[in-house]
Amino acid sequence: MLLVVLFPLLLGALAFALPSRRARPLLLLAGAVGHAAGVAWLFADPGEAIPGWLELDAPGKVVLATVSALFLASAAYAQRYLRLREDRENRVFVGGLLVLLAALSVVALSQHLGLLWVAIEVTTLTTAPLIYFDRDARSLEAAWKYLLVCSLGVALALLGTFFLALASAAPGGPRSLVLRELVAAGPALSRPWVRAAFVFLLVGYGTKMGLAPLHSWKPDAYGEAPGLLGALLSGGVTSAAFLALARVLQVCGAAGEGDFSRQALLVMGLLSMALACVFIVGQRDYKRMLAYSSVEHMGILAVGLGVGGAAGAGAFFHALNNGLVKGVLFLAAGSIHRSYGTKRVDEVRGALRRLPLSGPLFLAGFFAVTGAPPFGPFFSELAILQGAFGSGHAVAGALFLAFTAVIFVGMGSIVLGVVQGDPEGCPERPGQADGWGNAAPPLALLAASLVLGLWLPPSLRDLFAAASATVGGRP
Amino acid sequence: MSALRLATIAETVFILVVMIDFFVLASSRLKAAIRAVAAQGALLALLPLLLAPQELHVLHVLALSLGALLVKGIAIPWMLGWAMREASVSREVEPVVGYVPSLVLGGLGVMLAFAFSATLPLPTPERHPYLVATSLSTVWTGMLLVVSRKKAVSQVLGFLVLENGVFVFGLLLSDFMPWMVEAGVLLDLFAAVFVMGIVIFHIHRTFSSMDTEKLSALRD
Repeated sequence: MLLVVLFPLLLGALAFALPSRRARPLLLLAGAVGHAAGVAWLFADPGEAIPGWLELDAPGKVVLATVSALFLASAAYAQRYLRLREDRENRVFVGGLLVLLAALSVVALSQHLGLLWVAIEVTTLTTAPLIYFDRDARSLEAAWKYLLVCSLGVALALLGTFFLALASAAPGGPRSLVLRELVAAGPALSRPWVRAAFVFLLVGYGTKMGLAPLHSWKPDAYGEAPGLLGALLSGGVTSAAFLALARVLQVCGAAGEGDFSRQALLVMGLLSMALACVFIVGQRDYKRMLAYSSVEHMGILAVGLGVGGAAGAGAFFHALNNGLVKGVLFLAAGSIHRSYGTKRVDEVRGALRRLPLSGPLFLAGFFAVTGAPPFGPFFSELAILQGAFGSGHAVAGALFLAFTAVIFVGMGSIVLGVVQGDPEGCPERPGQADGWGNAAPPLALLAASLVLGLWLPPSLRDLFAAASATVGGRP
Repeated sequence: MSALRLATIAETVFILVVMIDFFVLASSRLKAAIRAVAAQGALLALLPLLLAPQELHVLHVLALSLGALLVKGIAIPWMLGWAMREASVSREVEPVVGYVPSLVLGGLGVMLAFAFSATLPLPTPERHPYLVATSLSTVWTGMLLVVSRKKAVSQVLGFLVLENGVFVFGLLLSDFMPWMVEAGVLLDLFAAVFVMGIVIFHIHRTFSSMDTEKLSALRD
């Protein structure tokens, strides 16, 4: 179990030490392949848990699988990307990504809320310098905002974690931050402190997840970061924060504060979706559009957790789908960005013609992410909706539908404008022709999302149900 | 020393920590503010020694105290001083919220912190009546500094003050918080300020200024 953490960490250290700029991307690929193999092994045979620290449970499995698949695709994509960008030093970039993979694995496996916090903070610190990969003023601004806002948020999450620890020190409490012990203690926890803890943890991890109104760093960071980092941030890091919130919800539910917590999540989720509507319609930058789409999907996840029960299972399914599809979109958008040299919607036309592989992928990714059948997100959003209507959250369900419809139209007009038409007269950067090197990884992710939509293996269905059972809510 | 005596010293430390909060809120000179935050960090390093419950292992207490002193009292202030000299700025000229309003807000925060800690009684046998209030007012001061200052170094100082407040709260829990988590928290803090220092260095090089107001190209 430690292997999926230590292996990328070791390769990360190697990447920092290795003098050759050309060889480093291979380390990235090796780390991703090794990690994926390790995760497959863990799924087959979970092995010995490290009691109180690391253990592979159902919610952790969902996030670990998402992260591993997305990272594998991103690492494959990085091979061509970093070769095209050989003018840039990639020591920090490659090393940082490998450390990120290790930290995300710790988040997925962690059973101790203190350790979970430490790992989440590491994901912030290791990705912030990577946003500055382009070394220009805009990416610097984005990196600073990301670093400051997320560090601040996560510091509040630490205070919330301490509140939770204090709640566990009530008479009869377990005096620990081990998830299993906290859940087992349930009503013995001091409820006022659990409630206060939830507020701080929601603000803290909500910032990291990018829920409105705590999303301010997101459009800037996703807009300026290289596409492949955007994919890992929007599909991997946010899933880790989602998992952290699910863990917290688990404890709150056990302590009898479940209704209050779920209500808060539901409101924040709907708010995020509403805000995404407002900012996607009329957006002039297609990478920032993807960032607001990420705000929307974090909102969907929060709504799923907030409704609970069947919708909770939908939320975990959606976390996986969101990871895969965000990978497709950000990687394809990265290729389009490099070919045109601009992110302005007004200056980009005809991506279908100029990029015969990445253009269609971007279009297909748009359909997938907005919940068009037969891709995975359609079914996970459907599960959340059914859960909402089935458990008396009719208003939330109706709002959910309205918001997704508006976002479909808003995103559609932007994406169609980018892919259709004649690329003649648009800016062009030489030497950035489309190729399988940058199209195959997002294609694989898209195929995975399609398969999940057409046929969901029963074992996965059970996994989502088991993950949802931990966070509770009416079935 | 008797337990009563230790409690009095701890009380004095809490009062000093809150006074430093006010000092940082009111000071426009970055050097003085950095020194004040360093002093706050050093004071916090005393607290584990003063408040340690009997059952806690003495090595654990010493390590926590020493770790806090090294990270909060020495290493981080030194890094910030370096960033400040490198960027050759010494004053926070025009904060978003003026000094007097920030003092008033700070005072309000202290009052609220005391009110909050009175309404939420500790579930554990009380260790110190001022601890929670000190912690929360320091957290509030940190937040205030981050949002009301424009210079990047001042914002990092705010983040540091916030973390100091969280650290005070953590002292309530040190008897069952694993040392690995405590070490991880301190290391994360150190790394955070390290990365922030590097970004500040780049901000200065790119914009010839440490003013985060210059960072306004990205918006919708």
